[in-house]
Amino acid sequence: MLRIDAAGVHYRHLNEQIRETVRAGETVLVLDNVNGQRYIGTGLESDQVRITIHGVPGNDLAAFMSGPAITVWGNAQDGVSNTMNSGTVVVHGGAGDVLGYGMRGGKLFIRGDVGYRVGIHMKEYKDLVPVLMVGGRAGAFFGEYMAGGRLILLGLDRPAGSPLTGDYLGTGMHGGVIYLRGRPEEHTLGREVKMFDLDEVDWAFLNPLLDEFCRYYDRDPGRLRAAEFRKLVPVSHRPYGLLYTP
Amino acid sequence: MRNYLPPEYIVHIDQDRCRRCGECVRTCAFGTLRFEHGAWRQAMSVFQHGRDDLERVFDRIRDNVPDRVAADNKKCVQCHYCVAHCPEGAISIQPNPLAYRGNHHWEPHHLKNIWLQAETGGMVLTGSGNDKAYFSYFDHMVLDACQVTNPSIDPLREPMELRTYLGSLPDALEFESGPEGPVLKTRLAPSVRLDTPLVFPAMSYGAISLNAQKALAKAAVSCGILMNTGEGGMHEDLYPYAHRMVVQVASGRFGVNPGYLRRGAVVEIKIGQGAKPGIGGHLPGEKVDEGVSQTRMIPVGSDALSPAPHHDIYSIEDLSQLIFALKEATEYTKPVSVKIAAVHNVAAIASGIARAGADIITIDGFRGGTGATPLAIRDHVGIPIEMALAAVDDRLRREGIRNRVSLVASGGIRHSGDVAKAIALGADAVAIGTAALIAMGCRLCQKCYTGNCNWGIATQKPELTARLDPDRAAENLANLIRGWSLELKEILGALGLNSVESLRGSRLRLRGVGLSDADLQVLGIRNAGVGA
Ligand code: SF4
Ligand code: SF4
Repeated sequence: MLRIDAAGVHYRHLNEQIRETVRAGETVLVLDNVNGQRYIGTGLESDQVRITIHGVPGNDLAAFMSGPAITVWGNAQDGVSNTMNSGTVVVHGGAGDVLGYGMRGGKLFIRGDVGYRVGIHMKEYKDLVPVLMVGGRAGAFFGEYMAGGRLILLGLDRPAGSPLTGDYLGTGMHGGVIYLRGRPEEHTLGREVKMFDLDEVDWAFLNPLLDEFCRYYDRDPGRLRAAEFRKLVPVSHRPYGLLYTP
Repeated sequence: MRNYLPPEYIVHIDQDRCRRCGECVRTCAFGTLRFEHGAWRQAMSVFQHGRDDLERVFDRIRDNVPDRVAADNKKCVQCHYCVAHCPEGAISIQPNPLAYRGNHHWEPHHLKNIWLQAETGGMVLTGSGNDKAYFSYFDHMVLDACQVTNPSIDPLREPMELRTYLGSLPDALEFESGPEGPVLKTRLAPSVRLDTPLVFPAMSYGAISLNAQKALAKAAVSCGILMNTGEGGMHEDLYPYAHRMVVQVASGRFGVNPGYLRRGAVVEIKIGQGAKPGIGGHLPGEKVDEGVSQTRMIPVGSDALSPAPHHDIYSIEDLSQLIFALKEATEYTKPVSVKIAAVHNVAAIASGIARAGADIITIDGFRGGTGATPLAIRDHVGIPIEMALAAVDDRLRREGIRNRVSLVASGGIRHSGDVAKAIALGADAVAIGTAALIAMGCRLCQKCYTGNCNWGIATQKPELTARLDPDRAAENLANLIRGWSLELKEILGALGLNSVESLRGSRLRLRGVGLSDADLQVLGIRNAGVGA
């Protein structure tokens, strides 16, 4: 195990140190006093590496990442898991905007609320199915242009009367599934999605993920499941097929 | 409505020369030509009795009885595949002279599009570049040459340097003294070497065929230049050429993973493209076959939508964040390029991009080509590359940051003269997309969006892509690059220069012919007849 004190270290040096350590064969890294350093884990490729972050990592955490597992003891900022390929990121707090943009594999768990434009253009290919799971609420444009993968929004610990998501939920969605614990307000739904109840296939997929979520954040899976779940799926895989004159 | 549209072209088959080989009937992907049994019909007309029986016999053997070749003129797009391949030279195609009543304001294409849209309510799609009669600044600029007082250089006898490096240059060089003399202290940014100042611009696998991409990649390697994956990822077959490839990251992020980024020579963020500034891409599901699906990493048959903006880029600061994310992912070993369309505010935008940390800026003018775009955008949005290039180069110089980026200009570059003029206006290198496609056989029929390209370029249909031999096409491309490079050397020699470096941004060597004062001012050149 290697501990790095990130206090006052520029991101470029910090990330260089991380990459060199990983190249030298180290697999367990602990970063202390992280305070806004960007690009931690960006472009990192390894299935063995585990990074624990104490503090608040900066934007583009785990961008283009392929394989590693990152745990953040704190909040995260924007762009977590941007175009991520595989691996796991677990954030013990909230996170900012544009999480999981173009994400194509791996898992991202956020304990609390998230900002705008989360899960835009997530996609999937064969067995690469990305999962982005949010414990709290989400801002507008959740799952916009979604082309694949699974977005799960639990809406836990929500003040009474506060909406699950902002507007434009699933606008332009043409693949994948959004699971919602609770009922979104009708006016927030994008035109390209339809809401359904969950079937066995959904539960078979969702159950292990809910258990995983509860393990990370120490919650009771039974109580989590007790609420009403709905799913959003795209009306068409080709939402824009009729835009053109042949 | 569609049924009442007159054909745009008339296909004429010289029935005397035609030997009914069937080549054209078999190969036209638009289904224009067919065999018709006119002679049979004529012969039948004399029968009064037993005609039904004969008809029945004929129905059985019909497919084996070629008669004359007939054309459904309405389907012809004038791509000339049949004309070029008819062994007897029996086919000719002409514009339909009687298509529409003449009118200087309401041109035929206006009427046609209105009728089509009245029927479908959709947008009119098109392919390749803007074909409207906009004023060409290239055609109103001329180059200088040496006479008497300063000798020209003969490139056949003397060395002539076309080598070009793309990448960021430091503001100043710092040295420290070492035991064997001064040692460079400044850490240089990564750059890539071009043997001649030309590159092939982004054309994705999906928009064009894998064979077309292979040809571009092979030619890029053999000529020491670059080709560009476009936004569709990199097919495995191209890995051997990856060291000469620009890997593109567009808003759809198709096929982007750490391996992809590391494999390429340059990473390019696509913000915009000249044929469709400000709008996204849309590869229809029909073009997403097994190979495209694998390379883009999306399911077969699903639409590949690229949103208009990158949703993680809403500002120069956001752009900077992605630039450095890519630099981090490639450990600062590769230049990062940003491609934008030439629009009104291009100079300020380019300045922002240079300050955001890009190493290369690619500017695509409004003549740039595309696989598919709404006609309304292609023909009416964006500005000419000549103006954009001059404005950007000027602005970056005035701000003292021209060295921080290399400029690549594209959008309708037709010959080495255009290349030389673009370099004199400030380009480090020039990207040639449409010219490259033409070298591979493209006839500019503008039907790339249909996926029926008869020349095997803008299609994924196996029977059509098989028509493009990547080795042959690569040779044609390499020949084109060689030809233009030779001409470029001659132009440089005539200018009394022995390296392309010396022409870069040297607007004193350009003169305007028939341009307005405002034009001359934006281009930063003088009028013909005005001396040094
Ligand atoms: S290719 Fe030429 S010779 Fe052959 S059928 Fe067509 S028109 Fe006749
Ligand atoms: S690439 Fe093919 S379809 Fe497109 S303009 Fe050229 S010949 Fe026509």
